[in-house]
Amino acid sequence: MNRTLKFLIPLALFLVAVGFLFKGLFLNPREVPSPLVGKPAPTFTAPILGEAGKKFNSKDMQGQVWLLNVWASWCAACRDEHPLLMQMAETKRIATYGLAYKDVDADAQQVLIAMGNPYNKVITDADGKIGIDYGVYGVPETYLIDKAGVIRYKHIGPLTPEVLLNKIVPLLKELGV
Amino acid sequence: MKKLIILTFFFTHFFVAAYAGQAKPISDDPALEARLKAMSQELRCLVCQNSTLADSDAPLAEDLRKEIRTQMRAGKSDQEIVDYLVARYGDFVRFRPPVNNATAILWFGPFLLLFVGGFVLYRVLKKQAREGDIRAKDE
Amino acid sequence: MIPSIGELALILAFILAIIQGTLPLVGVWKNQTTLMNLAVPTARAQSLLILISFAVLMYAFYANDFSVLYVTSTSNSQLPLMYRLAAVWGGHEGSMLLWVAILSIWTIAVTIFANNLPDSFRIRLIAVMGLVSVGFLAFILFTSNPFDRLIPAALDGRDLNPLLQDPGMVFHPPVLYMGYVGFSVAFAFAIAALLDGTLDNAWARWTRPWTTVAWLFLTLGIAFGSKWAYYELGWGGWWFWDAVENASFMPWLVGTALIHSLAVTEKRGAFKVWTVLLSICAFSLSLLGTFLVRSGVLTSVHAFATDPSRGLFILLYLVIVIGGALLLFALRAPNVGLGEKFGVVSRESFLLANNVVLAAAAASVLLGTMYPLLIDALGGGKISVGPPYFDAVFVAIMAPGLFLMGLGPLAKWKKASIPEIGTRLKLAAVISVVSALLVPSVMGKITLMAAVGVFMGVWILSTTLILLQKRITTKQVAGASLMDNLKAIPLAFYGMLLAHLGVGVFVLGVTLVKGYESEQDLRMEVNDVAKIGDLEFTFKGSKKVQGPNYTSSQGTFIVSENTKEIAMLYPEKRFYPVQGATMTEADIEPGVLKDVYVSLGEPLEKGAWSVRIYIKPFVQWIWAGCIIMALGGLLALLDKRYRIANKNPNKSAQEAF
Repeated sequence: MNRTLKFLIPLALFLVAVGFLFKGLFLNPREVPSPLVGKPAPTFTAPILGEAGKKFNSKDMQGQVWLLNVWASWCAACRDEHPLLMQMAETKRIATYGLAYKDVDADAQQVLIAMGNPYNKVITDADGKIGIDYGVYGVPETYLIDKAGVIRYKHIGPLTPEVLLNKIVPLLKELGV
Repeated sequence: MKKLIILTFFFTHFFVAAYAGQAKPISDDPALEARLKAMSQELRCLVCQNSTLADSDAPLAEDLRKEIRTQMRAGKSDQEIVDYLVARYGDFVRFRPPVNNATAILWFGPFLLLFVGGFVLYRVLKKQAREGDIRAKDE
Repeated sequence: MIPSIGELALILAFILAIIQGTLPLVGVWKNQTTLMNLAVPTARAQSLLILISFAVLMYAFYANDFSVLYVTSTSNSQLPLMYRLAAVWGGHEGSMLLWVAILSIWTIAVTIFANNLPDSFRIRLIAVMGLVSVGFLAFILFTSNPFDRLIPAALDGRDLNPLLQDPGMVFHPPVLYMGYVGFSVAFAFAIAALLDGTLDNAWARWTRPWTTVAWLFLTLGIAFGSKWAYYELGWGGWWFWDAVENASFMPWLVGTALIHSLAVTEKRGAFKVWTVLLSICAFSLSLLGTFLVRSGVLTSVHAFATDPSRGLFILLYLVIVIGGALLLFALRAPNVGLGEKFGVVSRESFLLANNVVLAAAAASVLLGTMYPLLIDALGGGKISVGPPYFDAVFVAIMAPGLFLMGLGPLAKWKKASIPEIGTRLKLAAVISVVSALLVPSVMGKITLMAAVGVFMGVWILSTTLILLQKRITTKQVAGASLMDNLKAIPLAFYGMLLAHLGVGVFVLGVTLVKGYESEQDLRMEVNDVAKIGDLEFTFKGSKKVQGPNYTSSQGTFIVSENTKEIAMLYPEKRFYPVQGATMTEADIEPGVLKDVYVSLGEPLEKGAWSVRIYIKPFVQWIWAGCIIMALGGLLALLDKRYRIANKNPNKSAQEAF
């Protein structure tokens, strides 16, 4: 190897590292992408909030595009996205189901009474078992599930108008909703 | 009166004796707990992110430990349980990254560096030794 | 009003640092004495101003000045004075100010003690230190000003994170930074030598003591941090391979390599290019560590609230400082001459083999730390690299290095023979193998890891002691007493012995605690007894205790061994109301052979508690080993050959004429 070039190796390695560090500044280390995106959504049967004795079966959703929004009354960040969910509900564009994650029924209902109910139905997941199946690790989380029952998109954290406009709406168009 | 004191003495002593006992393990199945511990030390708690599933107090960590216990009781192997978690949370949950194409440099790079470094050093020294007359120096 | 003085001092320091970093360099280049003479006074004034501004910030914490935003965010009037002062570096802005304050201590030290250097070299050295300072001061002033005001002032502060309210917080960060930042001196020596074209044995001799001081502090700083985590986090871990720990460990590994390669360069003038590269790398890794912690690119328990503009700023700084240094290296290194020759088997070659091992080890830590970021940046998703990786790869790479540690010091300089070293070490080999079999069986369980670990630890200890014995016998003066013979050996040699013994002690500690620690999760009612081996723990109940800024449930445990009471332990569960945080304060009975470690879990019904009891055999050896290593560094420093302040070479040259 050329004698001078050899001494440039450290600099070259360093510049490569800088490239990665620079890119790293714009990545969020706390956001873990779900391996479930592109896979069939886990199926479940669970009680429906406020409808004693009735069960929700996720298989019944086949043929529909729907959102599963994981929330809880004890989750402060969920209040942030609530008004947006209300606006979405008004458009009636997409069926939105809430999953009350590790919540007490009465507390969840209290929130819906106080802030309005944007959900078609709210499913209860008192022991967090459905949450584990969906790989929920921070509430709120939102899943977009297509007609074939495949998870097409997952958002972690409160929904924002940007996420809605840039991610969810284009996907809905693609799915024909 | 005296009788009462004796009686009281007898009773308090009796009760203390009855009260003092062997501390019991929190879990009724210590072997399972040990297996859980060993396994969860290689898994990441997702909420608190930098602690292990074994050492985290986060509610999700508690739920996941519960789930792992259930699966262990159901006779699942460690590998099956890890696969179950990876399917839900991705490789992020594993503190021991899998060995595959993407992690080849991670797992083998340092060893490669060790051998290449050793080889280069040997070559340089060998070349040097051929060129000059070197005598030992005691100091 | 007073905080503004601190800010003003920082601004003035910034301006002076710019002068310190530029004009003297021009002076050396153009040979203008006036400009050259600016170096020392500007360096001292700059440093003093930084120290003043640091003192001002400290005063703001002392006086609970909640008109300073930073004080409000990291302190509270209820916080005990000791922690209020330590809270100065409890957040991002203050940590950065601590960084430059320590840099200014090093700068002042350089202006005072580095007076034995040729003028042009000394001036360049000081100027480079100034340039390092400029970047950090700009970073503080433009992105992280600790003197930003809060108007109107807050009534009280948001408190220091309870995790940090510990004596460890008082010592660990300053000592660690002394080490971290101390490598800036070795870096400046390297840059000055590259600029000067005077990369020679003398350069290595000048650099050695400075590198040793920095290494000594870094060793202690890391050990303090580890000890702190051990008792503070409540589950007895002492090292987590967390990104930030790794960030301090990488400069340590490279610094250790540097100390060894400096020895070769000083003796033979050889491998100068490699040594100078290590000097640059040690400090670069310190800076990289700072970047990793401050930018939030990695998840870490240590990461403070982060902000991408800060990350961008530090990255730019890295590019200028490290990139500039490596560019200079690439330009100048081809012209550096080769030194004396030495044999394939020699003390020198062993020292360099050690370098290969340490460099590969540092690379494994670097790769493990950065890999998640790498994969993510390439769109490969999120992965984690944690203790199982490092335990496998790092340990496997270090093992041959530990073995070589036994051989190297016994090899003769320039040319040694393997059979000769072999005969010297037969005894050590026997002792190590016997211990490797014996110790694990005494501990109750023979595993490969334990056997290998004990072998390595005992191997290092026994070869080091044999080395001392050989040294006495080969160098002894006829008729001299043992004491005289011992005194005749230079301190630097003792320093090396001690540092190596420290590594042996450390390896034994790690091996035994990893192999034989035990843990029990128990439910204990009042007066319940837990028997673990020969130990008995009696839970005497818990009571409420009021601390200065917390309330606590304090348990009482009587620990007895073979029915003899050996300790009373008072583990606590504390609640800090200001941050609404609960902390577990374990209580530990430390011992040479084992630590007994009790921590409270959760309260159960009727005064019962869930309790965790850990037995940690030989865990204290880990930190004892580090302290012994650091003492070795101290002895080496006291050797008269490396007295930092020496006679002025210019003067001695005059005398020679």
